[in-house]
Amino acid sequence: MSTETRPAETTERTLPPVDTAPLRRRRRQAAWVQAACVAVTLFMALPIVLIGLSAISSRAALAEFPKPFLPSEYSFDTLLAFFEATGTVPALGNSVLAGIYTVFWSLVVGAPAGYALARHAFRGKDAYQVFILLVRALPIVVLSVPLATMFLRLDVYDTVFAVTLVHTTLALPTTVLITASIFVSVPTDLEEAAQVFGCTRWQAARKVVVPLALPGLAASSIFTFVLSWNEILGATVVTLGHRTLPAQVLTALDEASTAYRFAGGFALILPALVFIAVMRRYLVNMWGTTLR
Amino acid sequence: MRLRSPWLLLLPSIVLMLALFGWPLVQGVLSAFTDDGGFTFAHWERLFGDPYFLRALRNTLLLIVIVVPVQVVLAVGMALLMQARPRFASGHFYLWCVPLAISELAAGLVWLSIFDNRGYLNSLLVSLGLSENGVQWLNYENTTTMLLTVVIAELWRATSLVFVIVVAGVQMIPREYDEAAQVFGATFWQRLRHVTLPLLGPSLQVALILRTILALQAFAVAQALTGRDFPLLVGETYEWYVVLQNPAVASAVALVVLVISLGTAVLYLRTVRQPEGVR
Repeated sequence: MSTETRPAETTERTLPPVDTAPLRRRRRQAAWVQAACVAVTLFMALPIVLIGLSAISSRAALAEFPKPFLPSEYSFDTLLAFFEATGTVPALGNSVLAGIYTVFWSLVVGAPAGYALARHAFRGKDAYQVFILLVRALPIVVLSVPLATMFLRLDVYDTVFAVTLVHTTLALPTTVLITASIFVSVPTDLEEAAQVFGCTRWQAARKVVVPLALPGLAASSIFTFVLSWNEILGATVVTLGHRTLPAQVLTALDEASTAYRFAGGFALILPALVFIAVMRRYLVNMWGTTLR
Repeated sequence: MRLRSPWLLLLPSIVLMLALFGWPLVQGVLSAFTDDGGFTFAHWERLFGDPYFLRALRNTLLLIVIVVPVQVVLAVGMALLMQARPRFASGHFYLWCVPLAISELAAGLVWLSIFDNRGYLNSLLVSLGLSENGVQWLNYENTTTMLLTVVIAELWRATSLVFVIVVAGVQMIPREYDEAAQVFGATFWQRLRHVTLPLLGPSLQVALILRTILALQAFAVAQALTGRDFPLLVGETYEWYVVLQNPAVASAVALVVLVISLGTAVLYLRTVRQPEGVR
């Protein structure tokens, strides 16, 4: 080592000046990347900030024109008025209930199917997967109208149960695909070991596979909940009095004041901020890879 | 037993999907083509006689043709930015993904606060002195600006989905390919054109299909921004069913949406897959 550094030291004096152009180009590039990132972030975040500010402006501040960036007077009146408007609180309850039921039923029906896809090679597997993809590609509009007629006949129209049924079917293909990818990542060896030690197939699945798959299943549940929380058309068509929150806001739009609209929009966005914060680790895997 | 058990696990999902997808689909087709008496085209005649329908069809197709390509370009750009590892990458990533969980309706309301006559954009324009009373972005006479607002709202809401799919695709490309091209002196654009984009092909295809099908279903954004002044196909279903109480015509509109979405899916699968088979 030391013998090699000596010649380098001697030649150092004769070296030409260091060419900093590539370094500068790199710095400039990094600055551009940074600027572009900030621009995109502004585009994504600014509207949320703005509607948040509108939602906490007083009515007088909302009516001002031209509006300053920060409202001249803060007040929770509009938000309170939104939650006190007829139908908002029951609709919120319906939304939460429909979401939870949807998560439950889509897991109960979808997880076994996902398990079967992950663990078994069987004839008809491809056909089943194509069937699932086909169902996914169908627009919900096509189904919502006949379903509403069907629910009327079965006497479940205008119930949380009806919304749950629609949302469960909607979420089922994605649940099957996500759970299949989760179960694939749980090693078969562990399950086989459990069976060697005397577990039945069912016990091995319940005591070994499910605990290991739990984080993934939780993430998939949040995904399903978001789907149900945001779905509007199906929920509007199959209900009349027992609306979910988005359906309630949508049907109230025509006669609603601007204050109601902004408060409603902000109330619908708040959960999204939480969902994405919780789901950050799973986002790329779930939306990006599994659901392709 | 071994052979039967997977089907036992699949059975509930198949039954549920057939009952809640297959059956309504058949019912929907039937109700669009039948009357009390029997087979009829009356609902379709009524639909095509409705001035809103053709406008809705045109608006929906326009929206897709504009929004989807812009979104793909934007998402690829955003994914490349992430790949360049900027500072605060995780913070940027979080904010870029937030719209994933925001509903169409909320997105419409968000942009309403900006494009409203007394909204933030007009306030900005007026206080900068660029306009006297602001522009009436959402006026029913200004079809172009209405289209523009809906396009921007859709770009804001749904680019994240494409972005996440593209990011997943970029992560699966081994870095060696890009580095090899760099060693041989390829410029950024050459690497993008000949290395990254071809390898992203499958991801882009999925993103295109998904986005087109989802963009076809957009309606609450336009509903929140413009009411029925800027009709979209799915919004017409809603209108026919909820407001005009005519399920048969509503089914007919829904079938139009179905046919277009199946058509685009097949088209994309054909065109985007082809180069792969040739290679």
